[in-house]
Amino acid sequence: MHELGIATSILECVQAEAARRPNGRITKVGVKVGELAGVDPDALQFGFEVLVKDTEWEPLALELEYVPRMQRCPKCAYDFQMTEFDPRCPLCGEYSTECISGEELDIAYMEVEE
Amino acid sequence: MNRIAVEKKVLNENQILAEQLRERYRQHGVLCINLISAPGSGKTALLERTLERMDKSARVAVLTGDLQTENDATRLAKFGFPVKQITTGGTCHLDARMIERHLEGWKLEDLDLLIVENVGNLVCPSSYDLGEDAKIVLLSTTEGEDKPLKYPSIFFKSELMLLTKVDLLPYVPFKAELARENARRVHPDMEIIDVSSTTGEGLDRWMGWLKARQVKAKAKLQVAST
Repeated sequence: MHELGIATSILECVQAEAARRPNGRITKVGVKVGELAGVDPDALQFGFEVLVKDTEWEPLALELEYVPRMQRCPKCAYDFQMTEFDPRCPLCGEYSTECISGEELDIAYMEVEE
Repeated sequence: MNRIAVEKKVLNENQILAEQLRERYRQHGVLCINLISAPGSGKTALLERTLERMDKSARVAVLTGDLQTENDATRLAKFGFPVKQITTGGTCHLDARMIERHLEGWKLEDLDLLIVENVGNLVCPSSYDLGEDAKIVLLSTTEGEDKPLKYPSIFFKSELMLLTKVDLLPYVPFKAELARENARRVHPDMEIIDVSSTTGEGLDRWMGWLKARQVKAKAKLQVAST
């Protein structure tokens, strides 16, 4: 529902980067979307396409990278992907494990033609 | 073609503003809470009961967000504390800029507690940091017990879950224990308080939670000033 607003923020980041590179042309922007970010990747992709269509920024692709929720066990330092909302460490069964990724909503990279 | 690493938050502008607000709250020892739930879970009713129980001299203010109407601000203004409505037009969440704009005219040094009632929505508000000390999510007994699993982001990010309308438990098929279990699967150490704004059940515990957090916000202020 708020994906168009997020798409706008991504385009603003591209515009800011483009202003710093007057001789370059940004053709792709890579964004990491965490499982816990509360963002629908399809809606974000669609919103971004609509936003860029028929503007000077076209062609500009958005590449989304899904980041799963990873947990770390404090006892055995094992990192594992959390599935079915089960936070228990698969090695030792510890219940209280720490979330170490999955909240991302980050611009990772941009591709520039110079 | 050249690939450049950026590593920047998409909502960087909102994040910068939110951090500025957080710093302003910290400097003045203000506790800011952000109440989030689906529409109709009882945020405004809970706030009515909360303000009613506050001491008349309490230094509390409320920002309440909706797409349209001043109805909530009118309901909450009856208790004599400063209240401002934020009408977003069509936007489904509050962002840090809206908060900053609506704080104009209020002096943070005159406040101990700032309550933000977000737009009724379990999805979008979870993405926008408002500079609050704590997000609080409400789940009512007239919803599904699996809401925490369907909308994990907001349950993960909230420090406290208020299970509202518990007076209705004898009349609805809602299984409270299953709802708590689902919430704890998403967020194992989240605090949960059962409340009813109709009967007053659990409100003492809720007021106690608020008080304890206010003491903590003041303690941070003293640490900073010594």
